[in-house]
Amino acid sequence: MDPLQEVLRQVTGYIYPNEVELHWGLLVVVYPYLTGLVAGAFILASLVRIFDVKEVQPTYRLALLTALAYLIVAPLALLLHLGHPERSFEIFLTPNFHSAMAMFGFVYAWYLMVVLLLEIWLDYRKDMVLWAKKETGLLRWTHLLLTLGATDLSPNSLRFDRSASRFITLIGIPSAFLLHGYVGFIFGSVKANPWWSSVLIPVVFLFSAIVSGIALMLLIYFLSTLLRGKPVDMPCMDKLASFLFYALVVDFSLEMLDFIHRLYEAEESIHILSQLVFSRLFLSLIILQAFLGTVVPLILLGSVSPALRRKGILNLPEELRRLLYAGAAILIQIGIFSTRWNVVIGGQLFSKSLRGLTTYKMQLMGLEGLLTSGFLLLLPILVLLLLIHILPPWEESEQHVETPAGD
Amino acid sequence: MDNPKRNSPCSEPPVSDSRREFLHTFSLAAPLLLLGLRISAVEALAAEPEGAYNARDHYYGMGIDVSKCIGCGRCADACKNENDVPREPYYFRTWIERYVIGADGETDVDSPNGGIGGFTSKTPDKEILRTFFVPKLCNQCTDPPCVQVCPVGATFATEDGVVLVDNDYCIGCRYCIQACPYGARFLDPRTKTANKCTFCYHRVTKGLLPACVEVCPTGARVFGDLKQRNSPLARFTRFNKIMTLKPHLNTKPKVFYAQLDEEVR
Ligand code: SF4
Ligand code: SF4
Repeated sequence: MDPLQEVLRQVTGYIYPNEVELHWGLLVVVYPYLTGLVAGAFILASLVRIFDVKEVQPTYRLALLTALAYLIVAPLALLLHLGHPERSFEIFLTPNFHSAMAMFGFVYAWYLMVVLLLEIWLDYRKDMVLWAKKETGLLRWTHLLLTLGATDLSPNSLRFDRSASRFITLIGIPSAFLLHGYVGFIFGSVKANPWWSSVLIPVVFLFSAIVSGIALMLLIYFLSTLLRGKPVDMPCMDKLASFLFYALVVDFSLEMLDFIHRLYEAEESIHILSQLVFSRLFLSLIILQAFLGTVVPLILLGSVSPALRRKGILNLPEELRRLLYAGAAILIQIGIFSTRWNVVIGGQLFSKSLRGLTTYKMQLMGLEGLLTSGFLLLLPILVLLLLIHILPPWEESEQHVETPAGD
Repeated sequence: MDNPKRNSPCSEPPVSDSRREFLHTFSLAAPLLLLGLRISAVEALAAEPEGAYNARDHYYGMGIDVSKCIGCGRCADACKNENDVPREPYYFRTWIERYVIGADGETDVDSPNGGIGGFTSKTPDKEILRTFFVPKLCNQCTDPPCVQVCPVGATFATEDGVVLVDNDYCIGCRYCIQACPYGARFLDPRTKTANKCTFCYHRVTKGLLPACVEVCPTGARVFGDLKQRNSPLARFTRFNKIMTLKPHLNTKPKVFYAQLDEEVR
C-alpha cells in the first residue's frame, strides 16, 4: 500500500495536511537520551568530588570517561537528522541569538571543551606522565602527547592540578545542569505544542537525566568489575543504589506534579492529550515509563537498598542485592528511553488543530531508521572502551609520585 | 498567473535590515577572520542601488471572508502551480478546511487533498447546525515563532511583513515546522529545506496579486497593504469584525478572518 494512504488510514479525527509527515523521528529521541546520560554521569562524578563521597570514589574516573564517550556521540544523532548536515556549522558562524537550538550549540561546545576535557586532563595528567615513563610504543606516545608537554610533577604543580580540577567541577555542575536543562528547554519553549510547552519540562529533563546517569554508572561499574574479575565493591553499589532511589523519587514527584497540573488546569488541549496518552502512548507511557521504568524500580530500590533503612527493608544477601540493583538500573534505562520517546514522538502524534491523532511509522533502514539509532546507542560503549584503554580509570592503575613531598 | 513555471521565490530573498544589523553585532563578538568574507558579501548586497520597489513602503496582509468561501479549492491548486509545491504526498502552502458542526455539538473537519478539486458532499447522518469552509495559509505572523527558533536565521521576516525561508541557508532541522502553531510549514523533499507560503513574494513585489487571491472566484481572499489606507485590505479590516487564529499564542497573525467561527483552530 502507498505509504501516504497507510498513514492517512491510521489518522483519527482531523490533522493539518502538513502534519501527515512526522518531522522529528527516532534520532531525535536518541539525542536527548544520550545527552541525559552525559549530564547524569557527570553530575554523579561531581557529587563524588564536591561532597567527597568516599564510597562512590571507584566510579569517579569511570563516570568522567562515560560522560565524554556519550558527549562525543550525542551530536551525531542531531547531525544525521538534519536535511543539510553539511551546513550545520552555520549554527556557529551566524547563529540566531533568539533560537534555543543555536544557543545550545554553544552550551555544548562550552561543556565539552571547558568542562569535561579539562577536568579529565587535570585529573589524569599526573598518571599520564608516570605511565609514559614505564611504557613503550604507541601508548607511550599517546600519553606523552596527551600531557600536552606539561610533565611537571612537583608537589606545587600537583596541588595546582587538584585545586584547578575542583574549580572546574564547581563550574561543571551548573554547566551539566545547563546542558540538559537546555535540551528540555528546546522542547519546553515551543508554545505551539501543548504537550511540550511547560516550564517544568527542563527540570523534569534534568532529573530524569540524573536518574539515567546514575543508573548507567551503576551498570557500567558492576559489569566492568565482573568482566575484570575483580570483587564488586558493595558499599559503592549500595551508595549508588541509594542515590538512584533518591533521584528517582524527585524525578517521579516532578512528573506527577506536571501531570496533575495539566489535569487540573484542563486547558483546551486536555481532551486530545488524554486521548493521546490512553491510545497512542499507552504502552510507552503507562506501561514502560510509569510502571516498569519508575514504580517497579522505586519499589525494588526502596526495599533492597540502604536508602530507607541501613540494612535495607528486606535484608538480602549481597549477590542477590546487586543483581536486583542491576535489574532496577536496566528497567530505569528502558523507562528513561521511553520518557524521551513520549516527549519527542508523543508531542507529534496529535494535531496542533487539537482535533486528531496520527501515527509514527518507524523504519528499519535509512538514516532515520532503527538500525542507525541502534548503532548510535552502541557507539558510546565502543568509544568508552577505547577511552578506558587509553586512560584506565581503575584504582589499581593510579600512579603515585614517589617523592617524600608527594601525597 | 503570469508565470506558472517560476521556481520557488525563496531562492533569492532580499537581505533584511535586521539581518544586516545582526551580522554587524555578531562581527564584534566572533573571530573577524572567519566572518570577514561573509560580511563584505552582505554589505555588497546592501550597497546595490534600490529599484523602484521599496520594501519599507509596504506591509502586507490578507483578509479572508469565511462566508464567501465555497470550497472550490482553486486557490490551493493555483498555489501548487505557481509555487511549484510538491503534488505528492501531502504538502500545502495553502489549503481549505471544511467544518460541519452537528446539532449535537460534534464538529467534523476534513480537507481531502487540501481541498484541491473541491469537496464531495456527504449525506449527513445527523442534523447539521452550521457548516462552512475555511482557507488556511501561513499567517505571516508579526511575532513569528518560526523565525524565533531558526538556529541559523534561514527563516526571517522581511520589512514588508512577509516571512520567508532562505533555501541556501536552511539546514533542514525542522525546528520551525515544530514551532509553527498553524501547520503552515513543511520540508520540501527535493531541497530538504523548510518551505511555506510567501504571499507569492515574487508577484506582490511586482505589484501583482498572490496566485490564490487572483483565482478565487468569489473574492473570499483579499490581499493588500496595511500601510495604505485605501488598499482593499484596509477596507476589509474597516468594514468587518476581524478575528485571527489562535490569538492566545500571541503570534499576531496578519491573515485576518471575517465571520470566523469559534470552532476553527
Ligand atoms: S503561520 Fe507559522 S510559518 Fe507562518 S509566520 Fe506564523 S509561525 Fe511562521
Ligand atoms: S528547517 Fe531551516 S528554516 Fe526551519 S528552523 Fe531549521 S534551519 Fe531554520
